[in-house]
Amino acid sequence: MIYKVISKTEFRKFINAIVKHNNAYGPRKVDTGSGGKPIYQFKPVKSADEIDFDYTVTYSSAKHFFLPFRDELSRFNFEDGNWEQEVRYEAPPTILIGLRPCDISAINMLDEVMLHSPYPSPYYLARRKNTFIIGMDHLPLPDCFCKSMNRHTVNHGFNLFCSDIGDKYYLSINSSKAYSFLKEFMIEEPSYEDNCQLIERRKTIKHSFETNIEVTGLPVFLDIEFDSPIWQKWGDKCLSCGSCAMVCPTCYCYSVEERFDVDLKGSSRQNHLYSCNLVDFAQVAGGHNFRPRNGDRLKYRYYHHYRGFAANDNQQICVGCNRCGRACLADINPKDVINDLRLERESCMICVSPSPDRT
Amino acid sequence: MHDMRFTLPGQDLNREPFAMKSPDFQKKCEVMITDRGYKCRITNTVPISSQEKLFLLRIVDPVERQLFNFRPGQFLMLEVPGYGEAPLSISSDNSNHEFIELCIRKAGHVTSAMFEAKQGAIVSIRGPFGTAFPMEAMEESNILLVAGGLGIAPIRAPLYWISNHRDKYKNVYLLYGAKEPSQLLFSYQFEEWQKVSNVQLMTIVEKPDDSWKGRSGMITALFDEFSFDSKKTFAIVCGPPVMFKFVCNYLDGKGIPMNRMFVSLERRMHCGMGKCCRCMVGSTFTCLDGPVFDYWSVMNLKEAI
Repeated sequence: MIYKVISKTEFRKFINAIVKHNNAYGPRKVDTGSGGKPIYQFKPVKSADEIDFDYTVTYSSAKHFFLPFRDELSRFNFEDGNWEQEVRYEAPPTILIGLRPCDISAINMLDEVMLHSPYPSPYYLARRKNTFIIGMDHLPLPDCFCKSMNRHTVNHGFNLFCSDIGDKYYLSINSSKAYSFLKEFMIEEPSYEDNCQLIERRKTIKHSFETNIEVTGLPVFLDIEFDSPIWQKWGDKCLSCGSCAMVCPTCYCYSVEERFDVDLKGSSRQNHLYSCNLVDFAQVAGGHNFRPRNGDRLKYRYYHHYRGFAANDNQQICVGCNRCGRACLADINPKDVINDLRLERESCMICVSPSPDRT
Repeated sequence: MHDMRFTLPGQDLNREPFAMKSPDFQKKCEVMITDRGYKCRITNTVPISSQEKLFLLRIVDPVERQLFNFRPGQFLMLEVPGYGEAPLSISSDNSNHEFIELCIRKAGHVTSAMFEAKQGAIVSIRGPFGTAFPMEAMEESNILLVAGGLGIAPIRAPLYWISNHRDKYKNVYLLYGAKEPSQLLFSYQFEEWQKVSNVQLMTIVEKPDDSWKGRSGMITALFDEFSFDSKKTFAIVCGPPVMFKFVCNYLDGKGIPMNRMFVSLERRMHCGMGKCCRCMVGSTFTCLDGPVFDYWSVMNLKEAI
């Protein structure tokens, strides 16, 4: 990693240059939500002026550039009672601008799942290799809890990371590609003041979190609480719509579907993102459903995020962006569910660590 | 000004902080096991009951036919192009590379399409995936095979293995229960198993009809018919999820250690490779860590059965 400093005007020039000839996506305001809050999404951009560098957080996450909603896995071409299978791993080169540390952490976790497993996914690898990531830090929203999950900073998985220090950006350059691009622009060695300002910026971010979740010992806790009535209580609220998984930066479950072309000369096998909250997620042939109730499925989602993944990869898969909480139609968010669980057990003195106040 | 275009997939783009051994995009073998299937011809179909058929598949390519190796208990993904994929347990002899036998019940979209396929139709299989029964570890012991209903399909693979290495195993019992006498599958092989493979076969049905002369009741009733040395016995249990609890708890009571009872779990896998999470039980992938589990692991998995 190489550290440099660039002025904001020069940075815009740099962004303009790389955006011009490439397939680039950056945060743009697309709508205004309830309460007049702007809604941002990653959209195609053609110049630095179109990008909202001071955006808060996007509604959907950046995972859709690596795991699209619908993705063709293979094609079959029929001919005279026979067929040929065609598998393609094509990914156009893409630049993603303005990803938050939580987004980048989420992509690192997807790497863990998609590339470091017994069967690496070539579809994911092609996209991951052909994507250039420019990260930027931000001041957290009131409901972000990434500090609790230790995801408010990130130190790998990006090509370039920019920290806002007043009228300059403090750049962490993590790839030769990014460095050779930047060499063409006016970048400077960070001075003593710049370093101080970076530390100051990090401190400010660290202290601006308003939401905290106590995750210490959570895996064990969830094991004990497997039969807790809390799950039914939250399950009764849940509408089983699957919005949480669609906006979640780390949810990767999918479903495979095959359909004929209209001319019946071929067919394609496609995967599309699915959600474990949808009713037929664990249904098997013959109609038996292993998780028939809303509460079971909600519980499963929390177990996968905070318990199951911790057992498999030594980390919890949640990054604490609270996108699921914002998208949920029934107002279910991880903070409330986990605090509820902890408070439930608090009363009988098994809890090993203090739980935060319920707000 | 530098050229801002990017490199093609497979080439080095970054310093790669997420570096790993990437799949070689040119090598077919690395892709084959995951996304490209083996082409198979349906050489024969045998109706074995009103709902189930036995399909004989033969891999078209002679090299691939020899490459396709599986162990008893593993499953494969059968794809009918245009209709979809379904996970199916392999119920044939693993030393026989010529034919793969699949016992299929008409239950869903893909299996219905399979039932309509004519002889000579070409389908695709991927795999084999998952874990297998530890057949070598079971040597020099008694083996108790417990099958319920369609559970006979995965049981057939270890049964073939045992017949091929019969001298390495002691007494082998096959307990087979079904709802009705007409749903006892592979009844044409019963005599072969008893006489050629030297397996003690016991059958039972839940709802006997007039022509049925054998036993009737639940499968656990069969355990009273014979005695075995529980210290030197391995059990393989396949069947509907409700059966596992009854049978395994009963065998546990008889004194068979939990890590010597093996069950084969059923889930609707969509990928077979630990990606889609459809088969997840808690933190365990049924497709990677299963479908064969010992009963101790199953006890530790919540919601498993």
